[in-house]
Amino acid sequence: MSLLSIRNLQTEFRGPAGIARAVDGVSFDVNPGEIFGIVGESGCGKSATCRSILRLFAGATARIVGGEVILDGSGDLAAMREADLARVRGRDVAFIFQDPLTALNPTMRIGKQVAEIIRRHRQVSRSAARAAALELLRDVHIPSPERRLDAYPHELSGGLRQRVVIAMALALAPRLIIADEPTTALDVTVQDQILRLLKERRDRNGTSIIFITHDLGVVSQVCDRMAVMYAGRVVETGTVRDVLDRPSHPYTRALLDALPGQGGRDRDLVPIEGSPPGLIAPPPGCRFAPRCPFAGPACTQGMAPPLHPRPGATADHLDACILTEVPHAPA
Amino acid sequence: MIQVIFKRLLMLVPVLIGITLIGFLLLQVMPGDAAERAMGTRASAEELADMRRLWGLDLPIWQQYLLFLRDCLTGSFGVSIFHKKAVIALVGERLPFTLAIVALSTLIALVIALPFASLAAMRRDRPADHVIRQAFVVLIAMPPFWLSYVLILWLSLTLGWFPTGGVGQGLAENLHRLFLPSLVVGLSTAALIQQTLRAALIDTMKADYVDTARAKGLRRHEIFLRHILPNSLISTISIIGVRVSWIIGGTVVVEKIFSVPGLGSLLIDAIVSRDLPVIRGLTVFFAIMVVIVNLITDILYALADPRVRLE
Ligand SMILES: Nc1ncnc2c1ncn2[C@@H]1O[C@H](COP(=O)(O)OP(=O)(O)OP(=O)(O)O)[C@@H](O)[C@H]1O
Ligand SMILES: [Mg+2]
Repeated sequence: MSLLSIRNLQTEFRGPAGIARAVDGVSFDVNPGEIFGIVGESGCGKSATCRSILRLFAGATARIVGGEVILDGSGDLAAMREADLARVRGRDVAFIFQDPLTALNPTMRIGKQVAEIIRRHRQVSRSAARAAALELLRDVHIPSPERRLDAYPHELSGGLRQRVVIAMALALAPRLIIADEPTTALDVTVQDQILRLLKERRDRNGTSIIFITHDLGVVSQVCDRMAVMYAGRVVETGTVRDVLDRPSHPYTRALLDALPGQGGRDRDLVPIEGSPPGLIAPPPGCRFAPRCPFAGPACTQGMAPPLHPRPGATADHLDACILTEVPHAPA
Repeated sequence: MIQVIFKRLLMLVPVLIGITLIGFLLLQVMPGDAAERAMGTRASAEELADMRRLWGLDLPIWQQYLLFLRDCLTGSFGVSIFHKKAVIALVGERLPFTLAIVALSTLIALVIALPFASLAAMRRDRPADHVIRQAFVVLIAMPPFWLSYVLILWLSLTLGWFPTGGVGQGLAENLHRLFLPSLVVGLSTAALIQQTLRAALIDTMKADYVDTARAKGLRRHEIFLRHILPNSLISTISIIGVRVSWIIGGTVVVEKIFSVPGLGSLLIDAIVSRDLPVIRGLTVFFAIMVVIVNLITDILYALADPRVRLE
């Protein structure tokens, strides 16, 4: 039984240019205790997908227009009333945002911001919440946490601030943590520490984590299973070993081939030739077809192809390419 | 902190010297003769000459300026020709009324602006927002003298809730009597603060930390009261400060209409009677008040926003 099951999720953003379907029929499952990676070019809908889970759309006018987000034991989050979803947020599912520099309230003390989430979901006294906040800061290895309780965010470095954000996410021992590029804004050594922190938590508490990143190296380091997104859709999903070692979708292959240094999956994604289609009026058929070296006439017709397993491959290794035989890209 | 405030006050010295100079020179070009005004038209030529000598009006301009500067430094700000009293003494009698109007109208403005700004921001671009905006535009467009008469007709004469003007004895009575003039000033100030605060609220609602607050599971009112409103208020402190220093000079009309013996009516009377020392002294005094309000604004800002240090 999977912890989170996303089925055919569709989310639209209303902008000045029109309605963009940033998430268009996304499905994947996250199992208990699993770190699930989501990769893809900028603008492919990674954040939109994850924000849809908790309906956190910042100031944007966004709407889930179809599909389900089933959280084990809580039901369909997409159909839940706002007040009920607010009880799930922070308690069952926590969110870590990309930019720790802006994710904390600049005029509220750190201790209060951490204690706030505890007091929202548990009936505890102010001092008990503060003590718990101190414990959490210690858990995420913030040095001299007593002093930081009364500090303001601007008095902390980016790395420390991200630790505070993580401390808030861990506060109620949620079953699922969604981390939207939690290390992109940090320098490399800090990135490593933050990754270790999240992994440590999973190993100790069996917390599931959805991990969005641009970095395939990080995915192969920390994730168990993954999804590759392209233009609002998942084009390939499976275990990290299957997807990265035996990629079956031309887009995944292109991503891997574009990595500098063979076998070195330790670099950021390099953009492949051409650019992804607009999401306001996407092309018919496979959305990658216009950039795909193997695309035939059948690829640009009809509905976007669904995910399916391939004969001979692992059962949960799925991809959305209609070609039966995908040759390796010419070198 | 105290050192910084002291430093800021010291930095004001050149500003104030500039203000005395401008205040002094402006009055030199004002038509009309002060001695004639003070003595009346039937005074003889000798009497007028004596008057001029007595008040130093016959001295060269630069000497008159130095004398004025001396009066500012000794704190008297000159002596009124009409009242035969130190300007500072006149100010002392009238300042409380003006300050009361300033404080009361600021309070009224905040009390009105806060809920309407919040409502407008939460219902942005929906009917409630448009209605509120139109209502406040109408409010801004109403001239204070007209608004004053409407309020007098309605609240004083028809309903009898407030006196039509004047001041009385004791704090309670004066607050009651000063309510209407403060309301007139407060209403137009409310319109400005509402617009500024609405924009600040909408801006803050898009901030990442508001999403963090939602991700914590906080309820709408908790997010608004703890995260959105405080941060938006901080970013409007300076606008409110500018407006308050504007009110200090802007009570003239309502003081006249409601017969409040404040600084504004003192200034008008002084202009009418060509009471040069009073006009000059008040000019400088108003400038000092504005400067003090600015300093207080900066201090409040530094206290409210931990990222800002007073310098
Ligand atoms: N605030 C918004 N207003 C309008 N459209 C938006 C907004 N945010 C996202 N979108 C649309 O959703 C699409 C997906 O955006 P999303 O932020 O999910 O991409 P992403 O994969 O997270 O990219 P990145 O790697 O840069 O974070 C965008 O291409 C855009 O069309
Ligand atoms: Mg993103």
